[in-house]
Amino acid sequence: MYRLSEILRATILVGAAVSACAVAAAEGKDPFDSGQWSGMEEEFLSGQKVAFDDRVKVTGPRFAEDAMNVPVSLDATALGEVRRVMVLVDRNPIRKVLEFFPLRTRPTLAFRFKLQQSSPVRVAALGADGVWHVGSTWVDASGGGCTAPGATRASGTWHQTLGQSQARFFGQGDATRLRLRVMHPMDTGLVAGIPAFYLEELALRDEAGTEYLRLQTFEPVSENPVFSFDLPEKPVGKLVLSGRDNNGNRVAAGVAP
Amino acid sequence: MSAAGWRATLRDTVVGAVAIVSVSAVSAAELDYHLRPRQVAEGVYVFEGANDDFSTRNGCNIINTGFVVTGAGVVVINTGPSRLYGEQQRAAIRRITAEPVVRVLNLNLHPDYLFGNQAYADVAIGALPGTIRDMRAEAPAFLDNLYRICGDWMKGTEFLPASVPLDAGDLRIGDRILRLQRLEGHTNDDLIVIDERTGVLFAGGLVFHTRVPTTPHARIGPWLASLEKLRELPFRVLVPSHGHVAPDASGIDQTRDYLGWLDATLDAAAREGRDLNEVLAVPMPERFRGFAAREPEYVRNVTHLYGPYERRALEGR
Repeated sequence: MYRLSEILRATILVGAAVSACAVAAAEGKDPFDSGQWSGMEEEFLSGQKVAFDDRVKVTGPRFAEDAMNVPVSLDATALGEVRRVMVLVDRNPIRKVLEFFPLRTRPTLAFRFKLQQSSPVRVAALGADGVWHVGSTWVDASGGGCTAPGATRASGTWHQTLGQSQARFFGQGDATRLRLRVMHPMDTGLVAGIPAFYLEELALRDEAGTEYLRLQTFEPVSENPVFSFDLPEKPVGKLVLSGRDNNGNRVAAGVAP
Repeated sequence: MSAAGWRATLRDTVVGAVAIVSVSAVSAAELDYHLRPRQVAEGVYVFEGANDDFSTRNGCNIINTGFVVTGAGVVVINTGPSRLYGEQQRAAIRRITAEPVVRVLNLNLHPDYLFGNQAYADVAIGALPGTIRDMRAEAPAFLDNLYRICGDWMKGTEFLPASVPLDAGDLRIGDRILRLQRLEGHTNDDLIVIDERTGVLFAGGLVFHTRVPTTPHARIGPWLASLEKLRELPFRVLVPSHGHVAPDASGIDQTRDYLGWLDATLDAAAREGRDLNEVLAVPMPERFRGFAAREPEYVRNVTHLYGPYERRALEGR
């Protein structure tokens, strides 16, 4: 089930673990005492300062009723300025779910991902102090979210909507919620005969070209993903969505205020 | 490995693990559902399941099944979650009457309505045509899931599909007329049965009494319309598939109330731009707090049903 690269990586990680004495580990204690964490830290946050930190709130269901659409919400506003956010899943065959650059949005995000088995879900947020602050939650699952085809892949209808998007602003108290949906099968490459086919980049800019946010997405993000962002205020003009998948297909749309 | 193969392997592994762990907890001799039929009208009996969620504690027996003694044989309504349940159900019927079982009805495609079918392999098992089609498509996944949740109770259970497609209309057996009607909304095809002589209504999955409804195949609009039709029927005893048997329409009204609340809640949340986790955190009104299986079932309700509301709101409809 694991790809060759995973196995190689695991082999390298064993080597890394042996020399772990030389590597500074995360401050604080992993709330889930996960055997995978030290390897993940080495793989994704190598050479960086890392601390487990409850101020990074991660919300998910106790049990993944639909392993192909597990909702996760993150909120790192308690850290103040946040430059970059990474979502990682310890026990997924592909651990990195996405990276989020909340340039002119609040450091909050909600979306759904595919879960292969019960696992910690990590949100690492890079604060202005140069430290990656890691919040966690645990989601139980009966499994299989990464190794079954999505609905539009199974029905063969994915190509009718590929790259289409819908976006809308919703007023919510002192913030503006932007919800964005992009149609894409987000194939993990772990289903026999279906190569990895997924969105890699999405960005929102205003008409002057100033970036509001940027996302780097990976295979575990759910099919036809819906993202929820919170903006301090509603943009005056139109926003422009751009992006592409790993096959070079482009996503482009305007988002009316 | 294919997804199906992977799941099968997982199932074997999980079953093996559960079997080892549960040796000291539940020995084979204790795998007894203690099925005691309760007479709810002349010749009409109900086996009441636990008003709860599936678990090894209740053997995943959370369903009400029943039977009607017609004078020319027994009609069984739903066969429970496992082969073991079906066998113990049939043995319990034998203790009530010497009449043979001549017909089995599966009221919909859900697993606890039909995984006891193996105990009735020699009997004509009927269901609505759409139910037979859908159970053939979905039973393997249901079976995997129940092996995972229920452990030893599922031993030896295999899927035996209903074989006789049923039309709505009167089923005349012995001195009884069983009126069969097709409604919809809980699933695509919901069979209900009313015993004309006693007025006992087997309402299947359309009615949940003091329990949060299950919704893996639900469409709330058609379901509410079906509940209106149920309300008009001249029944004297209502047997829901889950929750209490009652001599009145209280189960219909509760189900209607809950589904109406759920529909309004999901719609409002979508129009406010809420994400799934925020909807899961919505508190349930006081009047539903005493319902069984509240927390796990609400999570499932939202997971199953929120998508279309969310899409409508995103598309500005």
